[in-house]
Formats: sequence, C-alpha cells, structure tokens
Amino acid sequence: MTLEIVLFIIFASVCVVSSVLMITCPNPIMSALFLVLNFAALAGLYLTLNAQFIAVAQVIVYAGAIMVFFLFVIMLLNPEKEKKFFEQKPKLKIFIVVIVALVLLQIVYIIFLSKPSNTISTELAKSIDAGTVETIGREMFTKYILPFEAAGYLLLAATIGALVLAKKKFE
Amino acid sequence: MPIPIEYYLILSAFMFSVGIVGVLTRRNAIVVFMSVELMLNSANLTLITFSSYLGDATGQLFVFFVMAVAAAEAAVGLAIIIAIFRNKLTVNIDEINILKW
Repeated sequence: MTLEIVLFIIFASVCVVSSVLMITCPNPIMSALFLVLNFAALAGLYLTLNAQFIAVAQVIVYAGAIMVFFLFVIMLLNPEKEKKFFEQKPKLKIFIVVIVALVLLQIVYIIFLSKPSNTISTELAKSIDAGTVETIGREMFTKYILPFEAAGYLLLAATIGALVLAKKKFE
Repeated sequence: MPIPIEYYLILSAFMFSVGIVGVLTRRNAIVVFMSVELMLNSANLTLITFSSYLGDATGQLFVFFVMAVAAAEAAVGLAIIIAIFRNKLTVNIDEINILKW
C-alpha cells in the first residue's frame, strides 16, 4: 500500500463518519463541529487530488469563515435540541433512508458500469500542473475574468441583502 | 494516480445521499442549511476529481465560484432564519408554515 492509498482511506473514513454523525446528532452545535471536521477531511482529499489551491481555500473559506458564521447564528438563536434521530416519526425516517439508499445504489451501479477509469487517461504531471496557484490564477484572470467580476458583485449583493434582512425592523 | 477514480466518485455520491437524508429528516432550519452545504461540497469533490484526473484546471475554477456562491447563500439564508426567528421565536421548520396553502 502506498502512502496515497493510506491517506485516502483515512480521509475518506473521517468524511463518511463525520457526515453521518452530523445528520444524526441531536445538538446543532455538535452537528456544526462535525461538519467542520468533514470539511477539513475534504481539504485533505483535495490535497491527495493535487488541488493545492482549492484545499487551502476550503480550509479558509468553508471550515473557517462559513462555519464560524453558522456557529454564531446557532449560539445566537439557541434552538432547542431535537429528539434522537429515530425517536421522532421513525417510520417516515426509515422510509426516507431506504429511498435514498436505493438512489445511492443506482449511482454506484452506474459508476461501476461506465468504468470511467478505463476511458480517462491520467498523467500525473498534468494533474499536478492543473492544481497550482499559477495555473488557476492565469485561467481566472484571463479566460474567466467575467465570471470572477460577477462573483464579486454577487457577494456584494448578498452582503447588502443580509444586512437588510437581519435589520431590526422587518416590514 | 494510484487510486481509481471510482473511489472518489462513490465517496462523493455517499456524501450527497447523506446530505439528502439530512435535508429531508432534520427539523431544525440551521441543520437543514448545513446539510445543503454538505451536498454542495460533495458536488465540489466530484468536480475536483474529474479536473485532477483530466489534468484540466476548469473544474477547480468552477469549485472556486461554487464557494463564492455558497458563502453568499449562507449569508442570505442565515439572515432569513434570523428574521423568521425574530417573528415566530422558533427555527423548527414544521412550525414555520405561514406560506402553506
């Protein structure tokens, strides 16, 4: 077993366990902390995929900024704890889990049927080159400059919208 | 690349399914929101997987824009939740039914 496979197994199992714990945990603060753990493990997975820039952005933007914001709101509103996962409406929840598991089985079947690893050629040098800050910066400020500006305006509009919505008077 | 691409795709599909279960079963609006974030991240994982295995940076740029949209969505969504909490003193989505016909 090479180091890459070991790292993949560790990060993937952390991802799976923390995401399942996140949706079953009755306390919302614990859910948010498990989601932070999940995002950190995802950043590790991005590193095994040679995507350095996105891995760092994931830690800073998602695990840092967005989740701190979520924790702020949870502690501000202090919502009551829900019951344990299968205590409230157990039949409905089991039904939902079974349906989603069937859909997941379908997706896994399609993935194995189409065998993408046969058709996609993987060159390690090209893959490493695609994830560097140089490549992403060059692409972003030449080919994708218009979407970049649009994302800036979107964030500005979202900031103003959030301020207007969360203002004291709501009319 | 020693790891087959299927492993990443299955992990991403599993995380997306967990996100769907979270959205459908949890009753706390903030946790529903966090499940949506989980689904966004599983889609990001698929994009980065294909981008890396094809040696093309476009997928990673797309993930960057998805992150910007997710930040905007979280800000506006949580502001809406705060406004609802101020009016109804609850974030339980079973009790927020003023738009129900």
